[in-house]
Parts: sequence; C-alpha cells; structure tokens
Amino acid sequence: MSFMKSILGSAAALALTAGAAAADPAIIFDLGGKFDKSFNEAAFSGAQRWAEETGGSFREIELQNEAQREQALRRFAEAGSNPIVMAGFAFASALGEVAKDYPDTSFVIIDMVVGEPNVRSVVFNEHEGSYLVGMMAAMASKSNTVGFIGGMDIPLIRRFACGYAQGVKAANPDATVVANMTGTTPAAWNDPVKGSELTKAQISQGADVVYAAAGGTGVGVLQTAADEGILSIGVDSNQNYLHPGKVLTSMMKRVDNAVYNAFKDGPGLETGFNVMGLANGGVGYAMDENNAELVSADMKAMVDGASMKIQSGELKVHDYMSDESCPALSF
Amino acid sequence: MKPIPGWADVILIPLVSVVLAALCAAVLVLAIDENPVEAMKLMIDGTLFRSAGWGFMLYYTTNFIFTGLAVSIAFHAALFNIGGEGQAMLGGLGVALVCLFIPWPHWTLAIIGASVGAMVFGAIWAAIPAYLQAKRGSHIVITTIMFNFIAAALLNYLLVNTLKPVGSMDPATASFPAGTHLPTFQDMAALVGFDGMFRGSPANVSFFLAIIACVALWALIWRTRLGYQIRALGHSPSAAQYAGISPAKIIVVTMLISGGLAGMMAVNTTQGEAERLILNFTEGAGFLGIAVALMGRSHPFGVFLAALLFGFLFQGGAELGFWTSIPRELILVIQALVILFVGALDNMVRMMVGQVFGLIGYKEAA
Repeated sequence: MSFMKSILGSAAALALTAGAAAADPAIIFDLGGKFDKSFNEAAFSGAQRWAEETGGSFREIELQNEAQREQALRRFAEAGSNPIVMAGFAFASALGEVAKDYPDTSFVIIDMVVGEPNVRSVVFNEHEGSYLVGMMAAMASKSNTVGFIGGMDIPLIRRFACGYAQGVKAANPDATVVANMTGTTPAAWNDPVKGSELTKAQISQGADVVYAAAGGTGVGVLQTAADEGILSIGVDSNQNYLHPGKVLTSMMKRVDNAVYNAFKDGPGLETGFNVMGLANGGVGYAMDENNAELVSADMKAMVDGASMKIQSGELKVHDYMSDESCPALSF
Repeated sequence: MKPIPGWADVILIPLVSVVLAALCAAVLVLAIDENPVEAMKLMIDGTLFRSAGWGFMLYYTTNFIFTGLAVSIAFHAALFNIGGEGQAMLGGLGVALVCLFIPWPHWTLAIIGASVGAMVFGAIWAAIPAYLQAKRGSHIVITTIMFNFIAAALLNYLLVNTLKPVGSMDPATASFPAGTHLPTFQDMAALVGFDGMFRGSPANVSFFLAIIACVALWALIWRTRLGYQIRALGHSPSAAQYAGISPAKIIVVTMLISGGLAGMMAVNTTQGEAERLILNFTEGAGFLGIAVALMGRSHPFGVFLAALLFGFLFQGGAELGFWTSIPRELILVIQALVILFVGALDNMVRMMVGQVFGLIGYKEAA
C-alpha cells in the first residue's frame, strides 16, 4: 500500500509542478528534430511567432523514438496542455487512441487525417505547390534537364516529386526529370552529405536546376548547387536566403501558419478537415529580394496563370497519393 | 594489472562506471544552466514512482534483453554480431506476416506463431553472414553491418510498395487483427483489480518471454553440449577443432540463435506495442544490444540488469524531454556517456579498482 501511496504522491507532486503551465498549448516535433531548417523548424517558427505576439508560453518536445508518440500525447494532455499540435503524419495511429481518452483537449495533426471529434486535421496540397516550382525549374533550365532530390522514399515525398515532374512537363514537354531519393531510413531526413553527393551526380547527368524536398538533407543540396553554379529550389520554409541569387525559389508549405492558427484559436478550436492549398495560402512559391533577379517577368506570369487555373479547378494536378501512380515520372 | 576479486569484476566495476558517467553527465547539465539534482529527481520520479513509468522502462528493457542476449551468445563464440538491427527488422517482417495472414483465434496462440516467425526471419538474416564467415572467411562484422542496410532497404521497399494499405500516407502495414493483440501490463493489472495502473504504457507479456529467454540462454551456454562447444570455439578455435568440434557448424548455429533472439525483439515492438509493422521500429535497439552485452559481461543475468539500466535511461530521458529544456541531443549524450564508460573505458575503471584492492592488500588466491 505504501508503494501505491508513493506513486499517488509523486503523481500529485508532478501535477502541481505541471499546474503552472495548465492550458498552455503544446507542440510535439517529429524525429527529424526542431532545427531541421525545414518542416519541423517551420512548425517551431509558427509556435515562436505566437509566443512573441501574445507573450504566452508553450510546451514542446522533440521525440527520440516511436514509442514516445503516445506517451508524449498523454503526458501533455494530463498536464493540461491545450491545444496539442503534432508535426507529422506518423502521429496518426497514436492520436487515434489518445484523442478518445481526453475529449476536452483539442488536438491538431499536420499532414494526416484523424477522424475524431476533437481533432483538427491539417493537410497540404504539396503537389500543387510543387507543380508551380516545377514550371519555374523547366523555364530556368538551359540544359532541359532538371533534378529532384527527395528525403526518405515515402508516399508523401513521391507526391512532391510527382507534382514537380508534371509542372516541368507542362512548361517544357521535352525536359527530362532526374529523380533520386536520399535513402530508405529516417536518417535520410538529415543527411546533407548524401544530399550533396546526389546533387553532384545529378549535375553530371546534365541537371542545372534541382529541387530538394528532403528536410535537413536539402541544406547539402542547396549548398552544393550554389558551389557548382547551378540553381536550386528549397522546400517547406523560405530557403531563398540560404544562398542569395543561387536559390531559384522555395516551395512554401506554410506549416508555420497551421501551428500559429492552432495556437491562436486556443482550446476548443474548430476541429475537422482542413486543406491548405494554393487558394488559402497553404502552399506557394517564395519571392523575395534574394531571388528577384532569377525569376523573369514571363516566368512569373506563366506560373501565376497556372496557379489561378489550379485554384479555379480548371487545371488539375495529379496527386500521387490518390492512386499511387504518377503520369509524369516513374519511381 | 592488479588482480581483483570476482564479485568486484561483476558488480563493482559496472557500478563505478555508471557513477562516473552520471558525474560527467551532471557536469554537462550544469554547463547548460540546468540543475542536475533536479534532473536526476525528474528521471527517477517519472520512471520509478509512476506505474506508467515502469511500463515504459520495462518495454525498453524487453527490447534490450533480446538484442543484448543476441550479442552475448555471439560473443561466447568470439563472433561480433553487429547486425542485430537488421535481424530485428526482419523479425518484425516475420511477425507482421504471421499476424496479418493467419487468422489467430487467441493471443496465446498468436504469440507462439509470431515468435516462431520472428525467430525464423531473424535467423535467416543472420544465416547468410554466418555462412560467408564460416565457409568464405568474410568478416562477420563487415557483413552483418552491411546486412543492416539491406534489411532497412528491403523493409522500406515492402512497406512502401506492397504491405502498405492503399491511400495511407504512413509507410506501415494495416493494423493487426484483434486476435493477435497482446495483453499489456495495464490489462494484466486490471485483471487483478488494479484498474488504471500502467495506463498507456507499452510493456506487455513479451517481457516474460524475455525473462524466459534469459534463463534458456543461461542453460544453453553452461548446461548443454552445444553451449560447451560454443564456448570452446570462442576461447580457442584451433583447440576446439582439435577436440572434434566443427568451427563452421558452430559459427552458423550460434549466429542462427543470435539472429533469432534479435528477431524476437519485434514481438515486443511490433505485435505488443504498435500492433502493426512500422518503419524504424527497432530504434537502434540492435546496436544498443552491444552495450548491454558488454555491460552484462555476456551473462544472461548481467544482460538483464544492464537492460534494466538502459530502460531506465530511455524512460528517464523522455521525462527530461517533457519537463525541462534539456535538448534531446544532450539526453543522447548522457546515454552515450554510460556506453562510453561501460564499454570503452572498462579497462580504466578496472585499473583504478585494481589499485584500490592492491592498497588494501588483496591478493589472488593461488
């Protein structure tokens, strides 16, 4: 019995220490880590922006392994964090279990759909944004060969690749797309050296624009592209600033907005299915002073035209995830 | 080097190593302006004073027991199996195939089937490097580590292209049917009237399988003819051969056992926790098994204790992540310090301990 007591006692002590932070929002980063200069970092910057604007504070954790997904959700929910945002599709099955047990806590999952009444599912139309940067790549290329470097070979990244290839073919039907994946393990999200090697390999195959959709690996791709004097395209965050004048554009996936909105809406936020596409600014291409000289007026006109057509539904970009095949690229 | 008594070798040296590692870690924690005493308290409170903390610790422990035993048995034959990671991945594939494609009526049968699947697949993955070592002399360290990458690529290919349900984003199989779900500690506690104990923690009945494996391996190594042959080969291959033991046969058999044990880890993670096959479910436990085996002196009981320690470090590390701003890289460093002191700096500690025993006048009994 004394064992039980000490268990209860320490649980109460923990609840007290945690009580100070009750009703603060929480964010859980995926295995890539929050400073990946890409997906997780975008999520972090959204949370950071909320904290700066409101003066609030939030809990956060970077996961170390798969078993911690459910643990992190439960511990934060028990400590009273609300809402709880998780960055990454891999939380889906854990969230499906946990959401039922904490009906008063709001959860937000990015990149995946979980059908529970207290969950907001935010998904992005990456294929649409990738289509636009694909068109820009084809128009900027002089060799008629462009490259794609993905992170880990999973359906989500194939969706990026497929949208990109369609954009390339739309702008220049004769162009060749060279596509490589960095690896087959999660280490592929954070392997800039391999990203650099793949970039060199693609350059030797004639590519003069490469698009990196590879998390932290992309840092190596962009670096090598800048060193070798070809153009690159960043992903998720605006990465144009990394190598001014060498990065053609970045495919923006506004994960930061998704996190910011969730934190701002606070506990009891509106749940359900939330698609972030071109129309509501969820994806797009980045323009700033770093790439202003690289993007010509008719390049911009053509891409903006395509963007309008996609938004109106006149042009449909094939989504790899819908049938696991791609008309413009074979894997 | 000065002689030390046997009990000091088994208990004192690992203990001193762990304390040294903890001191080093404390200095690091101080250096980033966090309170090491507070951190230690969080780790202990969150792990040992919460039933769910125990549930997580024993879950990690189960993994480390299996992979630690896998490395241990190979050590006894002087083989260095660093392919535990890949063998565990294949074990997961075996578990998934058994659970998905055979309609199991009850978990008691399913766990037997899944264990057989895990062992067979893990053993097959170890068999190829074993054959190459035994017959072709290709070094087992090189081949097993290469097979880790092949296993990762194979698993990825199968999950992305064949086993994944259509339309799912997650590279994972469908969930296993309910007949294969193993009772967790939470279920078992509820059965005897402790509702809510171990809530949400992943430890399950496969922990008891791990304990059985410890006992069985002890019996195999020290109480059977095969165990004697394995140890003989490990001590001196030429003497073993002279005594009529076939090195090739023992190498292959040892590696089959080793691979099977590594594969068993998947029963815990794949059938017990995730209830579907996910990528990356091994989480480096295959590599950590090396540290566990080193620390446990390749003895099943030592492996059990070392696995408990690492289970504690993993769960305690998670607690640090939740409630402090200690970054996860530093948590990894703390875990690495333990491995460094226990594995690599073993002789340093041994020399220090030997000096102390020399000072108090200890002499080896002749």
